[in-house]
Amino acid sequence: MNGLQLNEQGRLKHFLGIEGLPRDLLVEILDVATSFFNVNQKTVKKVPLLRGKTIANLFFEPSTRTRTTFELAAKRLSADVLNFNISASSTSKGETLVDMLRNLEAMHCDMFVVRHSEGGAALFMAQHVVPSIHIINAGDGQHEHPTQAMLDVYTIREYKGNFSALRVAIVGDILHSRVARSEIHALKTLGAAEVRVIAPKTLLPRHIESLGVKTFNNLRQGLTDVDVVIMLRLQRERMQSALLPSEHEYYQYYGLTESILEHTHPDAIVMHPGPINRGVEIASSVADGARSVILPQVSNGIAIRMAVMAMTLGAHSEYKEG
Amino acid sequence: MAIDHIELLFDNMAQRLNLRLRDKNREEIFMIGIHTGGVWVAERLHALLGLTTPLGKLDIAFYRDDFSRIGLHPHVKPSDLPYTVDNKHIILVDDVLHSGRTIRAALNEIFDYGRPASVKLAVLVERTGRELPIQADVIGCSVCLDANKYIKLSGPTPLSLEIRSNV
Repeated sequence: MNGLQLNEQGRLKHFLGIEGLPRDLLVEILDVATSFFNVNQKTVKKVPLLRGKTIANLFFEPSTRTRTTFELAAKRLSADVLNFNISASSTSKGETLVDMLRNLEAMHCDMFVVRHSEGGAALFMAQHVVPSIHIINAGDGQHEHPTQAMLDVYTIREYKGNFSALRVAIVGDILHSRVARSEIHALKTLGAAEVRVIAPKTLLPRHIESLGVKTFNNLRQGLTDVDVVIMLRLQRERMQSALLPSEHEYYQYYGLTESILEHTHPDAIVMHPGPINRGVEIASSVADGARSVILPQVSNGIAIRMAVMAMTLGAHSEYKEG
Repeated sequence: MAIDHIELLFDNMAQRLNLRLRDKNREEIFMIGIHTGGVWVAERLHALLGLTTPLGKLDIAFYRDDFSRIGLHPHVKPSDLPYTVDNKHIILVDDVLHSGRTIRAALNEIFDYGRPASVKLAVLVERTGRELPIQADVIGCSVCLDANKYIKLSGPTPLSLEIRSNV
């Protein structure tokens, strides 16, 4: 995949997944995002970087937060944005997707931001578009959601600094979570001391340990002394069989409450990619509590998406001082 | 080749800036340096003028006119203007004035932070090769250079100016 993601100079051409990307590049994305963060504080919340570029949001799966933050990020960079909400049922895979790409190419778009229920959809598009078009993966099936992972590590760096001393726990529906997969790759690449995944056995993918994580089935044990807790949404819409007895029982064993949070490091932060299910995976008092950084994650998401868009659209040749 | 007497140039620039600013309220004067060399020069001038308002820093990478040709600068420093620029008298500082494109980008960025009362431009070195109708108000020194030569400011301490050739 990296043959497609990076150009000859090793710069980001498409952003399809975190897996295999070098550490320097991830750090560069975080640094560029830091410089974009200040754009939000100006009277005019825009920079003219992508003036005249056209970005199409192709969402084959519903999304509010991700699509709007991508749209806002593009607009803050002065790009023009087209939104396509395509319900998966109205398109069949394969040829129609290619046909659709040809049509969008004919509209002279410069970038597609793609969300799709099938893993590999963004990669497929990157393989089939003309070279002038850049693809950003906004979530493909259960595969990866790289911008979410980057905004999460950005938030962790903001609150915790260096990764090398950090214990991070990812809690919940690991099986269906592209966010968890991207986060594990990002955290391991950035050198986090320990990454734990905590879930009932039915919601843990087999061989997840091969990614270098420790697995726990008990929430209290798994959370002991961690610095960062990342809660995942229970994805009922992706569950095809009864993997859980009930949401109520799930909350009893895996819900993040204030009392269970006492087992973490006293300065631990609580994160969630949203949308949150209050009373299913997280208690309201924790989600709205002093340790929650759920809303800063949303603000950081705009800066990260600006960084990835600017870096990919600017990656056609090597930078030289001018 | 090196340009000597750099501290003399600063003293001279500070004197002339003082003359230009004598009828202004010092509280409304804000100095902004352009990353990286311009910030070094601005730090010197800021101290010599004894300004009490904080020094602003600008990275114009997001405002460059050559993004579609050369892409994004990999090491962008955050712009930091710790105040509103509305109705303020801005002294914009850079190390070298060459094509004028950096100053054009900096002016555009400043106006995205508000509407200043006035903007003056101070540069340590002005050289030949302007591509835009932009001139400095206060200049440390002027040099005539061939297009294949460039001026390199090294710093921050000590600051030194050197003329080099593109090979």
